Amino acid sequence: MSGGVSARVWALHLAVIAALLAAGFLLPEYHRGVFARILVLAVFAMGYNLLIGYAGLLSLGHAMFFAAGLYGAGLPVYHLGWGVLPAFAAGIAAGGALALVIGALALRTVGVAFMIVTMMFSQVVYLTTLYFTTWTRGEEGLVLSPAMRRIDLGGAALSLSDPVARYMIALFLFSVVLLLSLRLVRSPFGRTLVGIRENEERMRMLGYDTFRAKLAAVVVSGLACGAAGAAWGLMFGYVGSGFASIQYSILPLLWVLVGGAATTLGPLLGTAFMFYVVDYASGLTSAYLLLVGAALILTVLFFPRGVLGTMRERWLKWLP
Amino acid sequence: MTDVRKPSRLFPSSVSRRGALKGLGAAAALGAAPGFVRYAQAQSSAPVRIGFQAHRTGIGAAYGRWYERTTAAAVKAINDAGGINGRPVEIVTEDDGTDPARGAEVVEKFASQHRVDLVYGTLFSHVVTGSAPAAGELKIPYYVVSEGYHVASGKLNRWVIQPGITDVRAQCRSVAPWIAQNVGKKITMIFPDYAFGHDHRDFFGPAAEEQGAQVIARIAIPPTETSFTRYFPQIPSDTDVIYHVMVGPAVLTFVKELGEFYGGRGPKLFGFIDSLEAVDINSPGLEFLEGSHFWEGMPRYLQPDASEAERAYRAAVGLDDNGAAVNDPRDVSTNAHMFGCWETLHIIKRSMEAAGYRGIEDRQKLIEATEAMTDMEEGIEHPQGPKRFDGRIHQVFGTQNISVVENGRLNVVHKTSIEDGLYEPEADYTAQAF
Repeated sequence: MSGGVSARVWALHLAVIAALLAAGFLLPEYHRGVFARILVLAVFAMGYNLLIGYAGLLSLGHAMFFAAGLYGAGLPVYHLGWGVLPAFAAGIAAGGALALVIGALALRTVGVAFMIVTMMFSQVVYLTTLYFTTWTRGEEGLVLSPAMRRIDLGGAALSLSDPVARYMIALFLFSVVLLLSLRLVRSPFGRTLVGIRENEERMRMLGYDTFRAKLAAVVVSGLACGAAGAAWGLMFGYVGSGFASIQYSILPLLWVLVGGAATTLGPLLGTAFMFYVVDYASGLTSAYLLLVGAALILTVLFFPRGVLGTMRERWLKWLP
Repeated sequence: MTDVRKPSRLFPSSVSRRGALKGLGAAAALGAAPGFVRYAQAQSSAPVRIGFQAHRTGIGAAYGRWYERTTAAAVKAINDAGGINGRPVEIVTEDDGTDPARGAEVVEKFASQHRVDLVYGTLFSHVVTGSAPAAGELKIPYYVVSEGYHVASGKLNRWVIQPGITDVRAQCRSVAPWIAQNVGKKITMIFPDYAFGHDHRDFFGPAAEEQGAQVIARIAIPPTETSFTRYFPQIPSDTDVIYHVMVGPAVLTFVKELGEFYGGRGPKLFGFIDSLEAVDINSPGLEFLEGSHFWEGMPRYLQPDASEAERAYRAAVGLDDNGAAVNDPRDVSTNAHMFGCWETLHIIKRSMEAAGYRGIEDRQKLIEATEAMTDMEEGIEHPQGPKRFDGRIHQVFGTQNISVVENGRLNVVHKTSIEDGLYEPEADYTAQAF
């Protein structure tokens, strides 16, 4: 198969997509809504996974790329009356452009310094969203009304506030990013990133331009996170600076580590797992973060490489 | 809970064949008359279920704790008086973590999983704004107790409504005349540089200038700031009044540093109690506040002229004379805001009664019934004072209190009128489709 992806791996991914498609019709209303959110956030996590999982770059500032997409799409819709599709494209472009600039600067550092620099840049983006409160309404945020969230399809209108349409669009976005990321990580570029993760000096000695490869990884990651942010704003109708805060830099890290870094399906699993742990535990006690913490510790004890990462290590060697 | 039904007792234990046939015929007739069946269900004693979106964790937790207590007290009062349309009220609480994304999920959970009649109780404006689209899409009434201008701005939707607490724009307008006439005409504003602070900047400034006062400096403090002394030299020396609305954990540092900067000889102070809700006014470092004035939605300390209704409300919620919990004097309340929960729940009761509310199919009627409300008299349902509701902007107007710190107590020196806070509506939700 192309890009070194076996038929079994394609079949697994297509089966996951098919199962999610079926879930769109079978899930109760609440869980369908939840899964629409999980699918969009899983795109965010997949973008993050590309960097931490495959390139070995631990960023603590990915909220800025999600926020770039969120505001890149939301502000033109709110203030300029743009349509959904150009706004979505603008959101993706904003994520990619910001990633190019941040990557060019932050990749001059490595390790802990890279973590701190990305966190600082993300904080700058967060404060920028507050600084321009006149346009962003800062932490309070903006509401994109259902009328702003319609896609005109030659006479017929597709409303992103319709739960079924929203689920299908979220699934479509998730599927595209999942299959692209599968293709990407099995491509020579993906192999190069893994090589850099394992031993950057050796890759450089072999003649690879590792800076360029890492920059490309940051940009691709930024594009995916920007797409997730843009989709979030347009689909759920809210654009606020909370999504640029440090919390949204830590969350994708957790989702990816729980699901399994450097696994293509780990981000989805981790995002869903974390969502339902919070959802269930918060119904039991107001100290639910304690339960979430306990769940995370247990996961780390029994699945030190994340759920799918550990399964791959022990049983399913072929898992991508 | 409305789905829980007792086993049928249609037939007595010894039933004749003719009786059974009659009964079956009656049952078939019932089945063929859906309108009647709905009516029959409505007459049941199944509770009215209200989803309470609570800030149990996150930055709003102190407010959330008291919002929960006030809600429990109001529900008890309503149930003791016979419930709503003869049905008891049941509160289903979910924590939103004071987070807008989680807030929207919680609204979905209430609507789709708990299947409550309505959602209620949110305070922080970003959670309201983040949750409003979900409420609109799911067509579930969303009664907020938030005091932000976001509802009245017309930027949300017809399902979001704020009938139990006034908004920041009205509050700014109400206090401006008194400040200009009694404290001073040259005003320096110090506010956090985000939406809450900008609302004060944008609404108080023009209101003060209408009264012949002048805002001579506007000092925006970045939200991450933890020390404030370096901003104080920006305060013009001819300032009569410093109008401050700092919030969050840094507020104690702010007040302490302001006190040290002026050493007790500076301009007069006017602040919003939002800064010090759930904080003891006698905390170390706040001595400098002695003699300064505050806006209070409802007085924290029991005033000598408090009405019977206000005293009854305080007793029901469990407040001592200092506005702290009766069983823990260190547990200071958020009384300037939480009365809004009590009043909102009573408005929900009145609206449901006016709409003849039977179940979730009547949600639209419920909103229309609240929209139709106008004047509300002071009394046990409105212990904070009389109110006037404007259905066009889904916002209530009311009286405000201005209090002075004297001997470590907040004493009310002026009560504004409803008219002081009125402004021209910028929107009309009633023209929106449901």
